[in-house]
Amino acid sequence: MPRIPQTQGDPPPSDILLDVRDLRTHFRVMDGTVPAVDGVSFQVRRGETLGVVGESGCGKSVTALTIMRLIETPPGEIVSGEVWFDGRDVLQLSQDEMLDVRGAEMAMIFQEPMTSLNPVLTVGDQIVEAVVAHKKINHRAALDRAVEMLRLVGIPEAPRRVKQYPHEMSGGMRQRVMIALALSCDPKLLIADEPTTALDVTIQAQILELIRKVQAETGTALLLITHDLGVVAETVQRVVVMYAGKVVETGTVDEVLQDPKHPYTEGLLASIPSKGMRGTRLNVIKGSVPNPFRMPVGCRFHPRCPYAFDPCPDHEPPLDEQGNPERRVACWLHTKPPFGLEHRPRYGTATPLAVEAAGEAVR
Amino acid sequence: MAIPTDPTLAGVAAAPPADVAKADVEVALESLSQWQLAWRRFRKHRMAMVGLGFFAFMILVAIFGPIIMPFDPTNIPGTTNPAGYPPSLAHLFGTDTVGRDVFAMVVNGARISVAIGGFSMLIAGFIGVVVGAVAGYFGGWVDNVLMRVVDTFFAIPLLFVILVAAKFFGQGQVISLIVIFGVLSWPLIARLVRAQFLSLREADFVEAARAVGVRDGRITFRHILPNAIGPVIVAMTLIMASNIVLEAFVSYLNFGISANQTSWGNALANAQSALGLGNWWWAFFPGMAIAVTVMSINFVGDGLRDALDPRTRL
Repeated sequence: MPRIPQTQGDPPPSDILLDVRDLRTHFRVMDGTVPAVDGVSFQVRRGETLGVVGESGCGKSVTALTIMRLIETPPGEIVSGEVWFDGRDVLQLSQDEMLDVRGAEMAMIFQEPMTSLNPVLTVGDQIVEAVVAHKKINHRAALDRAVEMLRLVGIPEAPRRVKQYPHEMSGGMRQRVMIALALSCDPKLLIADEPTTALDVTIQAQILELIRKVQAETGTALLLITHDLGVVAETVQRVVVMYAGKVVETGTVDEVLQDPKHPYTEGLLASIPSKGMRGTRLNVIKGSVPNPFRMPVGCRFHPRCPYAFDPCPDHEPPLDEQGNPERRVACWLHTKPPFGLEHRPRYGTATPLAVEAAGEAVR
Repeated sequence: MAIPTDPTLAGVAAAPPADVAKADVEVALESLSQWQLAWRRFRKHRMAMVGLGFFAFMILVAIFGPIIMPFDPTNIPGTTNPAGYPPSLAHLFGTDTVGRDVFAMVVNGARISVAIGGFSMLIAGFIGVVVGAVAGYFGGWVDNVLMRVVDTFFAIPLLFVILVAAKFFGQGQVISLIVIFGVLSWPLIARLVRAQFLSLREADFVEAARAVGVRDGRITFRHILPNAIGPVIVAMTLIMASNIVLEAFVSYLNFGISANQTSWGNALANAQSALGLGNWWWAFFPGMAIAVTVMSINFVGDGLRDALDPRTRL
């Protein structure tokens, strides 16, 4: 039997729809334990849009699947944490109780529209199935609902399209269907896991626009998972930056994109190509994502960090407030390090400016 | 289907946003289900169509043949020729030693042979699909137990078990042979279904169905099974063909259908004693009936394999 952590805290205020507290989801596999999500906390207010950003393998998708309770156990295990959703800790619910939550109260859009719809059922069947599972209405009314949803997501000739099979539709069209499916039971929370990654650039913009539009119309909260800071800038209000299973920075989209405080966020922003950089080499973050079986001790980013100094390899920085409770950074440059460790650049690659900024931030 | 064939007309009627409508025009206007598509692909397969035609004919013979042309194996008209009569207009396939019509024997034998092949296939298919689906979907210890049972079936010498079972439980009855063959041939299907389920369980659309709160039972039988059924149908046709051969084999060894009933295997067994006399027709026609029926079923299976593979394009 998978062990489920006991609830310890109190429910969050009622305007907080989703409150993830110190969530840890590990995978026990043959070669050891992978701490895919290792102490993640964030909140989503009702009707708000939150972006979760990070490289592949940083734990974004596992976080989403844990919230949905779709982690397969074994090998997965929710080691600790609380996921308060609409007044209750969903980690305490049984899988049977989750059936009434998934789809009805929280829904999810996946990355691959080409494979996320069942090829042997019409798109109408699949929407009807979800609607009938959660609402006490008959098949006919559910089919009307399916047509209405297809219209909402901008699919032309919805009454005809509803009888079609996924293979008769393009990728962008299928992603529209996925959005319609996810929203068909009026969920309070919509989780979109890289919803545009698999699509053409032109279609990406359409789908993002659509997600924004239906989100505004239905008033559902949106948790948008992406590795693309461009997508974040256009779509969300607040951002959570994740690295190697941990949250390293949070804030409003303007704060994080205009004034990144964590060196990782800075690196992510610097690696976006821009017009002015024509002819120069693209900036990249040195090194690669750490081996999940041997996570670095201390700050997990320190082996790749240009500013790493004395406390970084040994002490893990806390996710500390920077001015207000929602602006947080986990970096020793912005938090007073443990006693006796000086602010000296360790690897000699830090710019004087950054060291100066670091000193100021601590003072 | 009442689907507008003029794309411009359809586009105007619904008045969609312009950008979406443009990207949408080239999409096929006829909506076909997977089965309709499969049938289209199947029809292109000439040998499979020939096989299907012959197989359908055999089924009609099996159902109506004995009514049109009854054959009583105990009714011995008596004959002056111990070697029987060779094929003639009166007796298309000739007669046996005691003057019974071989054509009537083949027509009547079709009923038992096809029934044994067909119904044992259905039993094997049903047990195999349920066991394989449960093992593949739930995994863990359930899977472990069921698959060890399957392994056991593969480990014991089936032919021996069939002969013994047919002798002791069969007592020459059609129904017991059907059950024995069915119960002994499901493990192949179970393995196949399990393998399909193991890969489909991880499919994105299954996860998507879970994410909207679809229950396990529905996911198993409505989402995964229809996607897994193609290879299963193919394997079932092969099982039917091999069980028809098996019936002939078991009856030939006098372990199968009792001698006072007609099956193709019995006809062959009876013919054995007469082969030395040179009356080839007695063995040839039942043998051909078996061979051609089995071949036509295999052709159908071949056609289904191509037709049900979603990677095959029209």
